[in-house]
Amino acid sequence: MSGRRTHPVLRIEGLSVCSAAGLVLVDDISLQLAGGEVLGLIGESGAGKSTLGLAALGYARGGCRITAGRILLGGTDLRLLDAEALRRVRGRRVAYVAQSAAAAFNPALRLIDQICEAPVRHGLSTRRAAEQRAIEAFRALDLPDPEVFGRRYAHEVSGGQLQRAMAVMAMACAPELLVLDEPTTALDVTTQIEVLAQLKRLIARSGTAALYISHDLAVVAQIADRLLVLRQGKLVETGPTAALLARPQTDYARALVAERGGAAARAAPAQGSEVLRVEGLAVRHGRRDAVSDASLRIEAGETLAVIGESGSGKTTLAYAICGLVPAHAGRVSLAGVQLAADYARRSREQLRRLQLVFQLPDVALNPRQSIASIVGRPAQFYFGTRGPALAGRVAELLGLVGLDPALAGRRPGELSGGQKQRVCIARALAAEPDVLVCDEVTAALDPLIAEEVLQLQRRLQEQLGLAYLFITHDLATVRRIAHRVLVMWRGRIVAQGATAQVLGEGRHPYVNALCASEPEMRPGWLEETLARRAAEAQAGPFQSAGGT
Amino acid sequence: MSAGEYQQATRASVRGGGGTTPVAARSRLLSFVASGAPLVAVIVAAAVFAPWIAPYGEAQFVGGVWDPPSAQHWLGTDNLGRDMVTRLVFGARNTISIASLATALAFGLGVLLGFAAAAIGGWLDTLVSRAMEILLAIPVLISALMVLSVLGNSLPVLVVTIGLLESTRVYMIARAVARTIVVREFVAAARLRGEGLGWLLAREILPNTLGALAAEAGLRFSFIFLFIASLSFLGLGIQPPAADWGSMVRENAQAIDFGLPVPLYPAAAIAFLTIGVNRLVDRYLAAIARPGAT
Repeated sequence: MSGRRTHPVLRIEGLSVCSAAGLVLVDDISLQLAGGEVLGLIGESGAGKSTLGLAALGYARGGCRITAGRILLGGTDLRLLDAEALRRVRGRRVAYVAQSAAAAFNPALRLIDQICEAPVRHGLSTRRAAEQRAIEAFRALDLPDPEVFGRRYAHEVSGGQLQRAMAVMAMACAPELLVLDEPTTALDVTTQIEVLAQLKRLIARSGTAALYISHDLAVVAQIADRLLVLRQGKLVETGPTAALLARPQTDYARALVAERGGAAARAAPAQGSEVLRVEGLAVRHGRRDAVSDASLRIEAGETLAVIGESGSGKTTLAYAICGLVPAHAGRVSLAGVQLAADYARRSREQLRRLQLVFQLPDVALNPRQSIASIVGRPAQFYFGTRGPALAGRVAELLGLVGLDPALAGRRPGELSGGQKQRVCIARALAAEPDVLVCDEVTAALDPLIAEEVLQLQRRLQEQLGLAYLFITHDLATVRRIAHRVLVMWRGRIVAQGATAQVLGEGRHPYVNALCASEPEMRPGWLEETLARRAAEAQAGPFQSAGGT
Repeated sequence: MSAGEYQQATRASVRGGGGTTPVAARSRLLSFVASGAPLVAVIVAAAVFAPWIAPYGEAQFVGGVWDPPSAQHWLGTDNLGRDMVTRLVFGARNTISIASLATALAFGLGVLLGFAAAAIGGWLDTLVSRAMEILLAIPVLISALMVLSVLGNSLPVLVVTIGLLESTRVYMIARAVARTIVVREFVAAARLRGEGLGWLLAREILPNTLGALAAEAGLRFSFIFLFIASLSFLGLGIQPPAADWGSMVRENAQAIDFGLPVPLYPAAAIAFLTIGVNRLVDRYLAAIARPGAT
């Protein structure tokens, strides 16, 4: 695969990156990449994938330093460039698509202004032309209302839409090298394959070389020509995608390949008492119905999964239940008592019993508070715990979610993604809730870490008898954790029932489509699926039938 | 302030692996001096200890008009024969205390209202924002002249007037910065917990806006300081015989006609303090920009 050109676009030789504390994050890595070629970087969180990806831009995160090696981009060694020269390279010749689009966009500026900034500032295009290209790209990526989409702010679009806007921003200058850091992790399965196909076409057509960082081997298998497996900063294994997947040489790579196995659906728990009931809930965004006529019930110790693609109203439903987004119709009752639609009018006790865990741990934790004060605050706020008792409670909670109590003094910025999500769960548990609403809690995590978090949640459920409303787009997660499933499509509930039943034989056509979009770990799956979709396109949209 | 700054400088050099070599020591000293801390410390010390430091009384006539520098009067005397060094020292005391109080008031009010407007939103935001915009539309100097000529220019009136007028600028910054914070999920988490407005403002929003506010504080202090100087220059600020750097420029302005540098001394003092404060703020911003720093 390599060597299609004599001069590779990117060549990294003996690269090492160290943190301020002297920890080796990337250890003596060499790689090369030709135009139009995609190299997949695989490994669990903390393996140094992102650090290596950023190093390809000649960049080291705050506190980190590139200590050895050469980074050659089309013959120029980025390590030898001064700040001004680097600035001209970045964005123009190398572009970066970040893991968390929410953190990468400036919340105070409209999307279109941020997308057009680079080409205009680098003098590659006029504002009008850049805007026109952005609109075309919005359309190509199936974003709603492409003409006016860019006028929105980052918090006004869904996570999946923001991630696509980020890809548009990266391609705005037609760079030689594109570094994609988990670009589809936050997307639901159906959107993910569209975006993957779009990225793949884009890369092939433009001759851009790409470093594709992901923890999801099945996703990388669709797009990467070659794979490079990293663990603790070291190269474990590298080779062409098909060969590596078929015959992994090392134990670690074998574990990664084997991880994506199925698991049996969970049987329903013993009949518990109903804790949460939602009847005819409806939410409007302007004149559009974001959620209409949603009804559901959850019993103690039960997990209800809500699945659907991005924009289907899953998160809105969760926020409406918690009162963050006011519902304009319908009722939410907790243990038989009806709750006010607006969280501000709910009692402290009602707020305590219903806890929300957010999708992106990066923005769900206050970066300026210590872990101890984040986790301890609900205990202090609801139960008046303080002093040594509070410190003990924090240590206990951190232990409960499998974190070292010594982390209490740290700040969120010093933790990994998986650790941050555990802190979020610990914060929710500190309130000793009855119901935990989990909004895509594993979406931003790599599979080994996500698996640990899921196991943790199952264990907590068994220990504490918690009820979960578990929002996700990952069907594998649903099979593993949910007792019952609720499927949403365009703001409506199209199917609801026991997991095995909803996902099993005779399922709703939309569920069928969802299942068919789940990436399989073999190259070529993407093309087959897209071809099948095109063939099915004549069949028209799904009927929004009522649930069972 | 200087001790903390010094510790910070020391810590930074330890982190950077700096040993006790003469080169490292010199660069550490240079960096400390460049931080503005010594400059501000000297001026603040002069302000605090003015009665003990000053060689003469604040309004004591000790010589002729614009006597040249001598052993008794290091910077000569002013237009009424008062010792220039004494006037500068007392001027620091008067001007800095009023500027600090007015800055504190402007920040207390502007930040509180700005954060509250961003966190609560709705009609409160609209109401306060429009009111602030109306105040902003009138030049500060004009408003101040009107208020001070009606209410007289006692010190409390001066402080409150300047504080209120300047709080509009602080409000704009505080609201804009807070709006980018209130949409984050950790604020939603705190709201969902049932936290009161006080917690939201002080614990969730404030720590994440300190950088922007510190930058603004440095600038705002300098502006208020210069504003007091201009008011004094116009005769509406601190009243004679109390010394302040602005009126000292005015009183001695004519000396320039005789080729004497007298008004340049208080002008230089104003410049030094402005530079010192801004250097300090820059250093603070660099410190909090480091990952993991508080």
